[in-house]
Amino acid sequence: MPEPEPPFPRRVALVGQPNSGKSTLFNGVVGYRAVASNFPGTTVEALRGQIRLGPHRVEVVDLPGTYSLLGGDPAERVAREFLLAGAVDAVVHVADASRLERSLELTLELAELGLPAVLCLNMADEAEHRGIRINREKLSAILRVPVVATVASRGQGLEELLASLPQARPIHRPPYPSDVERALAAVGQALPREEPFRTHRAAQLLAGEEEPPPELRPVVKEVRGKLGACRGEDPALALADARHAAAARVFEAVAMVGSARVGWRERADDLLMHPVVGFPLLLLVLFGLFGSVYWAGSALEGLLAPGLDALSEGISRALGAGPLAALLRGAWDGLVAGLVLVLPYLVPFLLLLAFLEDVGYLPRAGFLLDGLMHKVGLHGKSVIPFLLGYGCSVPAVLTTRILDEERDRILTAALAVMVPCAGRTIVILGLVVRYVGPWAALLLYLGNLLVIALVGWALTRLLPSESPGLILEIPPYRLPRGRNLLGKTWLRLKGFALLAWPLLAVSSAFLALLEALGWAEGLNAGFRFLTWPLGLPAEAGVPLVLGVLRKELSLVMLGEALPGGVAALSVGQMLVFTVFVLFYVPCLATVGALGRELGWKRTGLVVLGTTALGLLLALLVRGLVRG
Amino acid sequence: MSFDLLRPLTDLPPGTEGVLVGVHGGPGASLRLRRLGLRPGARVRTLALGPWGGPVLVEVDGCRVALGRGLARRVLVRPNGADAGT
Repeated sequence: MPEPEPPFPRRVALVGQPNSGKSTLFNGVVGYRAVASNFPGTTVEALRGQIRLGPHRVEVVDLPGTYSLLGGDPAERVAREFLLAGAVDAVVHVADASRLERSLELTLELAELGLPAVLCLNMADEAEHRGIRINREKLSAILRVPVVATVASRGQGLEELLASLPQARPIHRPPYPSDVERALAAVGQALPREEPFRTHRAAQLLAGEEEPPPELRPVVKEVRGKLGACRGEDPALALADARHAAAARVFEAVAMVGSARVGWRERADDLLMHPVVGFPLLLLVLFGLFGSVYWAGSALEGLLAPGLDALSEGISRALGAGPLAALLRGAWDGLVAGLVLVLPYLVPFLLLLAFLEDVGYLPRAGFLLDGLMHKVGLHGKSVIPFLLGYGCSVPAVLTTRILDEERDRILTAALAVMVPCAGRTIVILGLVVRYVGPWAALLLYLGNLLVIALVGWALTRLLPSESPGLILEIPPYRLPRGRNLLGKTWLRLKGFALLAWPLLAVSSAFLALLEALGWAEGLNAGFRFLTWPLGLPAEAGVPLVLGVLRKELSLVMLGEALPGGVAALSVGQMLVFTVFVLFYVPCLATVGALGRELGWKRTGLVVLGTTALGLLLALLVRGLVRG
Repeated sequence: MSFDLLRPLTDLPPGTEGVLVGVHGGPGASLRLRRLGLRPGARVRTLALGPWGGPVLVEVDGCRVALGRGLARRVLVRPNGADAGT
């Protein structure tokens, strides 16, 4: 006789507080798809993956971390809206076991929501480090859901977690104080019969998080007034306190707290976040980052270049002359350029950035820079999009969702696209460091920061500040795992390999064809309005404009368009070219991201503004170098 | 215990331990702080002050949280020990 199978959830969402390891868990289950890092707010949108469990197909959704289902920043709201949309069969509630007491407050909110859930106590190793021992059986008995311990970064406990999915049940909620329960019930009863999330909606109305519909207004007003008077504080705070008290009782019943071990992770902040010592260390970290990228990149390039050059020559000879041969040679040159100029720098850069992210350094940088950021009208949380911007502007723009205020998001996004991304870093390394010197590159990076600060300062005058102030959790340092470093680097490289590399080949072929047909001159003449004032050779026209597709494309194309390669440029021309590429229109992918986050009107302003700024600064540099 | 022993978080030298007593201002800021464990009655310890008017780094329940200076000024703490007023 076949046993009746328990119903299997078809769509499962990962819900938990920021930085509790949801994305790491997601990657462990569906394969590396989500960028996972050690700072709160890494995930800002819902990511989906499919798995097979025996005969079942299950869709797993990684949601942005959320401290609470009430309010929060736009990323947090994504999580709430996804859950309320009603398409989730079960929730995997990922709780950081080392912060269980706080996580349990979200657990109670999920209990109010009433969706079937399993509780995953992640970072079980970290809890042990902090001397916290949790009685899982007891916790499971109190909440009446499966409780599984995992260490997602090492893949521990994942199978057990997946196996527990059919046992997902609505979380049992221990009662709140009677006045709060009465208030919840009174509002809940007034809600329409078909309301699927009765207690949750009642809590939202009670907290004043949601404007009540007209027919509920009198009830909500009365109940809120009563509870407020009874507690002597805002009903939203009374509700939060009730949850906290209930969470604390559960925590005391299931956890034993011993003494935490104090090691390098606790002591490192004494130096790295020190107001005096921390800042030079931050500069050292940044110089170390770019220095080692250049060092590793030129070493790799030196290894690759001779062989590929010889190969290119052979191919060139075999192809002979004619437009078709030029086209093929152009495509080949584009591929080689990607391999020689871009990959050797990109790979070390992405690996080191991943390392900094996973160690947990980014929020520390945010702490150190918050004071300075205030002077340009932003706060330290904006540092995270900025630092991610050194990798790629697209995630930088998306990550502005971790900011609470729209004004801060607009300012941060508009400024973050001016941070030199990896593509622009390749231009700086390949042109300025190589031919002008590392000091010039350093000046460019610092000058770039100065310009961003000045623009920020100017924009702040236009959008007066009402910043609510920084609240940023500083996660513990963690030893990066090789698997995550490689997975993340590969995920980001894929973007290059699938998009930029073919683009390099196609553009290079296009350029070679134009030249073979004798059309390049005419086209470049059309861009003379740009190249002439900047004092650049006419051949730079098409490469500069193609840089809109990908910034590194400008450099590669320029090398191919100039008869003597980029070395034929004067130092001044190189600097002018680089400065213009650095600032003018962020690449197309970034423009797309900006459009989605800020709206197209504001994006248009950013595009126009950065182009004008790029021209202005390039002209300024031209004047300075000449003078 | 008299009220003049209450000090804003920004006034406490790094390394001070104390009990959070209240937060000035509307419920919005209070709610945001409570999510991270900064609620009345919580034991807190200041760890560092950010440079150039930067944030205050506090430890609460073993978690570290950076609070912007403006917000931290509104968080009132009763420092441990009798010499807290000096």
